[in-house]
Amino acid sequence: MSSQAPTAAPDPTPAADATEAVVARGVERIFHGAKGATVTALTGIELTVHDGEFVSLIGPSGCGKSTLLRLIADLDEPTAGDIRVFGRTARQARIDQAYGIAFQQAGLLPWRSVAANIELPLQLHGVGASARRARVAELVDLVGLADFAKHYPDQLSGGMQQRVAIARSLAESPRLLLMDEPFGALDEMTRERMQTELLRIRAETGAAVVFVTHSIPEAVYLSDRVVVMSPRPGRITDEIDVRLGEAAERGEDLREDTAFFEGVTAVREALHGPQASTAGAARGVDVR
Amino acid sequence: MTGLPDAAIVTQLAPPTERRRRGPGDRPLRRFVGLVVPPIALFIVLVLLVELVVVAAGIPPFVLASPSAIWDQLVQYAPQVLQATLVTGLNALIGLVIGAVIGVLLAIIASFIRAIDGMLVPIVAAVAVVPIVALAPVLYTMFGSTSEVARIIIASIAAFVPVFLNTLRGLRQVRPVHRDLMRSYAATPRQETRAVTIPSALPHFFTGLRIASSLAVISALVAEYFGGPRQGLGSAITTAAASSAYARAWAFVIGAILLGLVFFALTSLIERIASRHR
Repeated sequence: MSSQAPTAAPDPTPAADATEAVVARGVERIFHGAKGATVTALTGIELTVHDGEFVSLIGPSGCGKSTLLRLIADLDEPTAGDIRVFGRTARQARIDQAYGIAFQQAGLLPWRSVAANIELPLQLHGVGASARRARVAELVDLVGLADFAKHYPDQLSGGMQQRVAIARSLAESPRLLLMDEPFGALDEMTRERMQTELLRIRAETGAAVVFVTHSIPEAVYLSDRVVVMSPRPGRITDEIDVRLGEAAERGEDLREDTAFFEGVTAVREALHGPQASTAGAARGVDVR
Repeated sequence: MTGLPDAAIVTQLAPPTERRRRGPGDRPLRRFVGLVVPPIALFIVLVLLVELVVVAAGIPPFVLASPSAIWDQLVQYAPQVLQATLVTGLNALIGLVIGAVIGVLLAIIASFIRAIDGMLVPIVAAVAVVPIVALAPVLYTMFGSTSEVARIIIASIAAFVPVFLNTLRGLRQVRPVHRDLMRSYAATPRQETRAVTIPSALPHFFTGLRIASSLAVISALVAEYFGGPRQGLGSAITTAAASSAYARAWAFVIGAILLGLVFFALTSLIERIASRHR
């Protein structure tokens, strides 16, 4: 499990990597706690996310899936290894606004209306007022909140707030979406509806998505590929190709499809080993 | 979160504009009446009770003036009460503004520079426990007994403390998710300050201002007890009491109560407006 990746990794053929949304090589993240204690949050991470691909990171709490997402977003820096986003360093990609991001908490600014929240990134990056208005109009339509543009976040339900956050993450038409358990705080019905909407939005935008979740059905339903992670130390233990069909064609029926159940079983076995699924229930991981 | 159902359902039920504010705020007038009438009714009952006790028991006015006598004096001396209220109110207002401005400026500096924060906060804590009005006699000799400056300084020191402490706390209330968001947008420090830090801090500032407003009025008024010009409420109360005109003293006290209420109500209103949508 120990990573031999040097601090300054040799530049891995940038020309070839530029077409990939995310390339992580030998990534390691060690947190230094109090009294000299260290926690290896991530070690030996090798991950490639192709352009337009939907990849879920799944694993129990403490497996470093959120940490990995934060490293890709350059909200945190790896202790060792190299992360490229569309061929650029993570830092450069952040500065160039190569990705949009949504968190588990919607993280809306409560003193701004829905429209003002969605246009925040555009405003910060100097987009003119009329262009902003036009883009906001498109986005509120996209997430089905056209009637709520003038409302404030405290007047919206949790699901609606999360939709605003997703619209905001899409504001600059990023080719990569980073999502950290965006539906984690929602009830089951809202969650399933949001998943279907996310598939539709993703089909319309064609963006690559890195999606952190601890729900097996959610990962299988949404993803082209599920990356299974394991804690202590956080690492990638398995990758499962799901490919239940093009995002646009995935409907609610899919949740009752045999291929869907096979995908769920495959991910569950990767998480717990085969005996877990014969026992009929997975423990430790959310089976919603 | 008002627990509204999701967009799809709501749009079928009713146009959204009609559903904006539900719950107790639905009928503002009725809510206002429900909020205001009971305490006023209680107040009237208490006043009548005091009147009854004073008259029935024949309590002398220097112990307790009857409400009717106070009312007579209030009507008779209305111009003087108003004049005195304006003088004290102006001192309190100027002091409040100066104290608030200094409080905000120092809070901003302290929030940016940790070393200054470490130096300033203990000193402010010390200032907070010093009885500021006790400085009045010293300041009167410094600025002369015909000047209002001493009272303004006392009011501004009293107002400064809560504004500084609350604003400083507010400037540190930015939620981590908002910081992450600003970093993901590669926002400049200036953009982050304008988009997130100041709006997060504003409600805390206004809470500080509300607390400060009462302190400013009390300080400006009590400072008058220790000397200086004789136009304000504090002077009028001591003068009336010294000449055994107890009901008149009470009339000026009522002026002081009304002044405090005006300051408190205005700053509370501003605070509420600033704290909408939180």
